[in-house]
Amino acid sequence: MPIEPVLTKGFGSLDLTDLAVYRSVGGFAALTKALREMTPDGVVAEVMASNLRGRGGAGFPTGKKWSFLPKDGRPRYLVCNSDEAEAGTFKDRMLLENSPFNLIEGLVISAYAVNAKRVFIYIRGEFLAGYRIFQKALAQAYDAGLVGADILGSGYSVEIVPHRGAGAYICGEETAQLNSLEGKRGEPRLKPPFPANAGLYGMPTVVNNVETLMYVPHIIERGAKWFASIGAEKSPGPKVISVSGHVMRPGNYEVPLGIPMRELVMELAGGLRPGRRVKAIQPGGGSSAAIFEEDLDVACDFDSLAAKGTMLGSGAVTVMDDTACMVRCALTINRFFETESCGQCTPCREGGQWVHRMVARLEAGEGSESDLKILTTINRTITGTNLCVLGDSIMPFLSSVYKHFPEEFHDHVRLAGCPLHARSESAA
Amino acid sequence: MTPQRERRGAELVAKYPEARSALVPFLQYCQAEDGYVTDQAIADAAELVGITPAEVESTASFYSLLFRHPIGKHVIQVCRTLGCMLGGADELREHIRTRLGVENLETTADGAITYEEVECLAACDRAPVLQHNLEFVYNVTPEKFDSLLETWRRESPAAALPAE
Ligand SMILES: Cc1cc2nc3c(=O)[nH]c(=O)nc-3n(C[C@H](O)[C@H](O)[C@H](O)COP(=O)(O)O)c2cc1C
Ligand code: SF4
Ligand code: FES
Repeated sequence: MPIEPVLTKGFGSLDLTDLAVYRSVGGFAALTKALREMTPDGVVAEVMASNLRGRGGAGFPTGKKWSFLPKDGRPRYLVCNSDEAEAGTFKDRMLLENSPFNLIEGLVISAYAVNAKRVFIYIRGEFLAGYRIFQKALAQAYDAGLVGADILGSGYSVEIVPHRGAGAYICGEETAQLNSLEGKRGEPRLKPPFPANAGLYGMPTVVNNVETLMYVPHIIERGAKWFASIGAEKSPGPKVISVSGHVMRPGNYEVPLGIPMRELVMELAGGLRPGRRVKAIQPGGGSSAAIFEEDLDVACDFDSLAAKGTMLGSGAVTVMDDTACMVRCALTINRFFETESCGQCTPCREGGQWVHRMVARLEAGEGSESDLKILTTINRTITGTNLCVLGDSIMPFLSSVYKHFPEEFHDHVRLAGCPLHARSESAA
Repeated sequence: MTPQRERRGAELVAKYPEARSALVPFLQYCQAEDGYVTDQAIADAAELVGITPAEVESTASFYSLLFRHPIGKHVIQVCRTLGCMLGGADELREHIRTRLGVENLETTADGAITYEEVECLAACDRAPVLQHNLEFVYNVTPEKFDSLLETWRRESPAAALPAE
């Protein structure tokens, strides 16, 4: 079920980093409509009616999030999360680099809706090129009166401030991002209070993902009904999904939510190499539990994947074919979480390190059966015992592949090495 | 603080409602000037945003792109996460370590190149991936790496980790 691309329309053929080109395809019409014909509450209502759900990982309804802000006269902030560092996700970087004006338009309309006078966009430190592209586009937008004081003569004013991160996956977590923006260590905060009440500088704050905010102008222009009519009933709209790993055509695909995994992987992404079969798929980034060949007909949306015990997350599909060693795959994921733990919570910091070392031992052929016994129980100690969701992301992939392919893990102990291929010395 | 640094610091502070938000951008600026975050930069940052040097130190130590010790003019950061591993990153990392004669987070004997293994760089569709001074290089093979290395060795970039 292909759809006409929305955010990715013109990618590869048009230079949408040029304001004139963006305008020639209807860019900033939605901004004019929102500022001239709609009240802020009207914009919130439209986004609520579209049932747009956050594209940053949690799938929280965007309009609802906006409506939580207390009406108490304190300054409000909108923060755009462009920290994209979830393993396997590469959509926000592409969107930022290719279509900065769509993002700027989304930022201004959304800031108008929540009545924020200042927007911060937190751009991952490694995205220097994207940061430069955004800066350049922002300067043009200011010159054209699309950002800044009295936008399009509406009386509404907003400043947009790009802020570069400095290397830390955890700064993608919204409260860590707020601490980082305040010039502190990027450590997640205890919730509640939620950012809606006490966010940036203690003020009411909305944090939204890049892709989420980019859909807002399209919803304003074409209407909530149009958006809600696409894709799955409870997770409507198009979504950009990053597909990588063992497929013939890895890349970003803008698809209606609810597309069957089989269609996404086997058709759009070109399927596997000749003669290969699907062994495991991470459907929602490094934090997600794997699904397997027999699950290929699952619909890619928030609820269907949750029903399978995993998640859509940020929309990052990593495909592993039958040449992939599950222990080595898990090693990369567990090394990731050990490296990226901020260290505040003992189960995440110590448990994450312990699990990584154990998987590294197994992979190196130095693991034992008692390691594997602990593997079945450690989940309870680590998961659900931490401040933020990073701690709960350590075990899902490892547990799921161990449960599905226990013999592969036991073989690593029995053969003192990988049963699939001669081990490379460097993997640890 | 040098007058130039003072000026840049004031510009950065003006972007935010509270001065401390300018801390990391200011350290990035100092790092681009000096090659790494020097003790002087820590002191300057403390003065700029009105906190103690120890607080600056603690904050700086959180971020992997801020270096508190000298690094090379070239920083090579190779992705080692799942997507790149499936595309051959384990073999690539081994090749690079041998080729440069360094381990993770070490700098070559001549001081020119710092090597680091990093997590997903958000380019998994073109695995394996590395960044050279924060510029992406895609689909890196050992051969491609060797020829790039020769090019890089002939260049002398102004800053390994530019602030802007
Ligand atoms: C460890 C961790 C990392 C995260 N990284 C990101 C990220 O890079 N980008 C993002 O938009 N959301 C990320 N999130 C989710 C944010 O906390 C937040 O839910 C999101 O930015 C809200 O935007 P949305 O409602 O538009 O999805 C992360 C969450 C966790 C727990
Ligand atoms: S769960 Fe991990 S990353 Fe999250 S706050 Fe605790 S230690 Fe930090
Ligand atoms: S796994 Fe290397 S860029 Fe994502």
